[in-house]
Amino acid sequence: MKNAVPLRLHVPEPPARPGQEADFSWVKVPPAGTVTRPDIAVDPYEIRRHAYELIRVLDDNAAAVGPWDPRLDAETVRRGLRAMMLTRAYDERMFRAQRQGKTSFYMRCTGEEAVGVGQAMALDDRDMTFPTYRQQGLLITRGWSLVDMMNQVFSNTRDRLKGRQMPIMYSSKEAGFFSISGNLATQFSQAVGWAMASAIKGDDRIAAGWIGEGATAEGDFHHALTFASVYRAPVILNIVNNQYAISSFQGIAGGERTTFAARGLGYGLPSLRVDGNDFLAVYAVTRWAADRARANLGSTLIELFTYRAAAHSTSDDPSKYRPADEARHWPLGDPIERLRAHLVARGEWSDERHGQLAAEVDGEVRDALREAESYGTLGTGEHHSPATMFDDVFKEMPWHLRRQRQELGY
Amino acid sequence: MVQALNAAMDIMLGRDANVVVFGEDVGYFGGVFRCTEGLQRKYGPSRVFDTPIAEAGLLATAVGMGAYGLRPVVEIQFADYIYPATDQLISEAARLRYRSVGDFTAPITVRAPCGGGIFGGQTHSQSPEAIFTHVCGLTTVIPSNPYDAKGLLISAIEDDDPVIFLEPKRLYNGPFDGHHDRPVTPWTEHPAGEVPDGYYTVPLGKASVVRSGEAVTVLTYGTMVHVAMTAVAESGVDGEVIDLRTLIPIDIDTIVDSVRKTGRCVIVHEATRTSGFGAELSALVQENCFYSLEAPIVRVTGWDTPYPHSLEWDYFPGPKRVAEGLRRAMEG
Ligand SMILES: Cc1ncc(C[n+]2csc(CCOP(=O)(O)OP(=O)(O)O)c2C)c(N)n1
Repeated sequence: MKNAVPLRLHVPEPPARPGQEADFSWVKVPPAGTVTRPDIAVDPYEIRRHAYELIRVLDDNAAAVGPWDPRLDAETVRRGLRAMMLTRAYDERMFRAQRQGKTSFYMRCTGEEAVGVGQAMALDDRDMTFPTYRQQGLLITRGWSLVDMMNQVFSNTRDRLKGRQMPIMYSSKEAGFFSISGNLATQFSQAVGWAMASAIKGDDRIAAGWIGEGATAEGDFHHALTFASVYRAPVILNIVNNQYAISSFQGIAGGERTTFAARGLGYGLPSLRVDGNDFLAVYAVTRWAADRARANLGSTLIELFTYRAAAHSTSDDPSKYRPADEARHWPLGDPIERLRAHLVARGEWSDERHGQLAAEVDGEVRDALREAESYGTLGTGEHHSPATMFDDVFKEMPWHLRRQRQELGY
Repeated sequence: MVQALNAAMDIMLGRDANVVVFGEDVGYFGGVFRCTEGLQRKYGPSRVFDTPIAEAGLLATAVGMGAYGLRPVVEIQFADYIYPATDQLISEAARLRYRSVGDFTAPITVRAPCGGGIFGGQTHSQSPEAIFTHVCGLTTVIPSNPYDAKGLLISAIEDDDPVIFLEPKRLYNGPFDGHHDRPVTPWTEHPAGEVPDGYYTVPLGKASVVRSGEAVTVLTYGTMVHVAMTAVAESGVDGEVIDLRTLIPIDIDTIVDSVRKTGRCVIVHEATRTSGFGAELSALVQENCFYSLEAPIVRVTGWDTPYPHSLEWDYFPGPKRVAEGLRRAMEG
C-alpha cells in the first residue's frame, strides 16, 4: 500500500524568534480560583483534567481566591516575600561577581523564585530535597548561610566542597539539600530512592525532587515516575517548566501538544499544573502533595509553569534565540511583584516597608559578600591546597593516589 | 577549529542527502560552541535539528536512522554527558554490523567536546576516550588542529561504522600550549590553522609526526599535542612528537618505527591515568618494541581524580609535568 503523500518530519518551532514580536497567545490563563481542590485521597483518574488546568490563587486584583488559597497569615507571606527578594538580590550580586572575574560561572533563577521559596516553606525543614541548579531558593528559605553559599561560588579557602564543584553546585546534608550534579535529571529518580528508604525505615520525612522541563526527556525522569508510582513513594516530583532549555523552547522537550504535568497520567500519578509565579498557589499545591505523601497515599507530579526571565547562565545570550523583550510579555508576571501587590491589597504592606526590606536584603547580601571575599575568590586564586585534590576519591586513599599526590609535590 | 568542523558538516550535508545533523541546541542556535551555526538555515530543519535532552534517545534514534540508510552526525553537548547513551553505543551501534553479519550497520558520527581548561569542573572537562577504545567496533578520533579536524570529520561521516569524534574544547578557539597564564593565541597564527576550502579528507587510522626527533618518542593526541610540543621546546629534549589522531584503529606502524629509532617513549594524555589509553599504548610499545627500549616507558596524564574546578591547573598535565616526563625517559 502506498501513501498518498510523502512522509515528512515535524520539527517544532517556537512562536517567535529574535526580531519577531513576542507571542504568548498560546498560553491559556484561566481566572484564579477556578480549579477544584480535591481531597488528598482522590483517585488520580478523577482529577486527570488537573494536568491540563492551571491552578492559580492570586487574582487580577492580587486577592487570594478559590479553594487553593492556603490562607496564610500575613507574617508567613511576608517571610515568603523576603526569601524571594533575598534570593534575587543574592543572584544579582553573584551574577555581577562573575562578570567581575571573581568566579567562573553563575546561574540565576530570576522569575522562578516562587518555586524554591514557596516549596521550601510548604515542606518541613527536615524533608529531603533533590534540586536542580535553579533552586537556590530552597537553601535561602531554610536559612542557610549566604556566606557558605558564596564560599562555594568562589571556590575559596572556606568552600566546604574544596573547590571541587563548579559554582552553584551546592551540597548540604545538614540543610536537607542533595549535592547538585551537572548531569541533568539524575537527581529526580534519586529523590524517589530516598523516599523509598524513608518508607522502608518507617520514617516520617518525605522527599522532593526538581527537574527542568527540558530534562524530562532523559530516562531518569521516567524512572522516577515508574518507581514513584509502583512503590507509592512519599516524594513530590516537581517539573519546573520555565519554557526554555538553554536555546530550545519547551516544544522541543515535548510540550507542543500536551502539558508536562500530563506525563504523570500514564503512570497513574495525580498530576497538578500550577501557576509557578503565584507564590500562594505554589505553596498550596506543594502542601497538598506533601499531605498526600505523609498519609502514605504516594507521589504527586507537579508542573510549575513559569518563565526563565534571565539567561540560562553567564555563558548564555538569549537574544540569539528568543525575542529580546520576550520576558516583558510573559503573561504570568513576576512572582515577587505579585506577592508584594497581594500584601498591599491585604493592607499588610506598603511601598515604604517594601523599600526598607529591599535595602535590608541588599545589605545582608553585601555583608555576606564582604565576609566571603575575605576568604578569597576564584579570581584571587585563594583556594584549598592542591593536596586536597586526592582526598575523597575513596574513603581510604589507595597507594596509587598517594603516589600521584607525591608526584605533584605534596 | 569551530569553523573547520562547521565546514566539514556543511560539505557533507551538501554532498550527501543522507547526512543529518542533530543534537541539543544544534539547530536554530547552532550549538553551545557554535559548531553547527548556520547549517539549519542552509539545509532546513529536517536535516539539521534540535533534539530533546536525552542522550540515550539521540543515539537510539541515530541507530534507527542508520538502519534506514541515513548518516547521522550527532552532537553530545559535552563528552561528560555521553554516559546515558553508552548502552546504545556499546551494546547496539558498536555491535550491529557484527551481530547482523553486515545486514545492518551504524554509520553514525558522535561529536562531543572533551577535555578541560575552561573551569568546567568535573562535568564539563572529562576525557572519556578510553571507555570507547575499550569497546570493539567503535572508531575513536581526536583531532588536534583545524586542518585535521575538518579532514577527519569528513572521513568519520563517510565511514560506514560508528565513530566517536572527540573535540578538545580548549582548542576550539586556538592552539593551547599549556601555559594557562599566558594570552590565548588564535589559530590564524598556527600553520595547521590554515584550512583549505572544499572537500578533502584526512584518513582515519593514520597518525601524524608533528615533530621529528631522535631522542624520545612522544605519543599523544588532542590538546596535549601542543603541550608536548611546548615541553619539547622548553626542555631541549629532541622529542619526536606523534599526534595519534585516531586511537582505534591505532597506527601501529608509525609508533613502532619511531620507538625503534629513539628507543624511548613518553605517553601523554589529559585523561586519568589508570586504565587510560596510555596503558594500551604502553602495552603495544612493550609488545612491539621491547628489544629497542633503553628506558621504561613514561606516562604523563591527568591524576586519578575527578576534574576539580578551582584546582584545574594543578590537575592538568601541563608543560612542566610533560618536560619532567621527558627528562625521566632520558635518564631511565
Ligand atoms: C545529561 C546532560 N545533558 C546535557 C546537559 C547540558 N545542559 C545543561 S543545562 C541544559 C538545559 C536544561 O534545561 P531544563 O531542564 O529545561 O532546565 P533549565 O536550565 O531551564 O532550568 C543542558 C542541555 C547536561 N548538563 N546534562
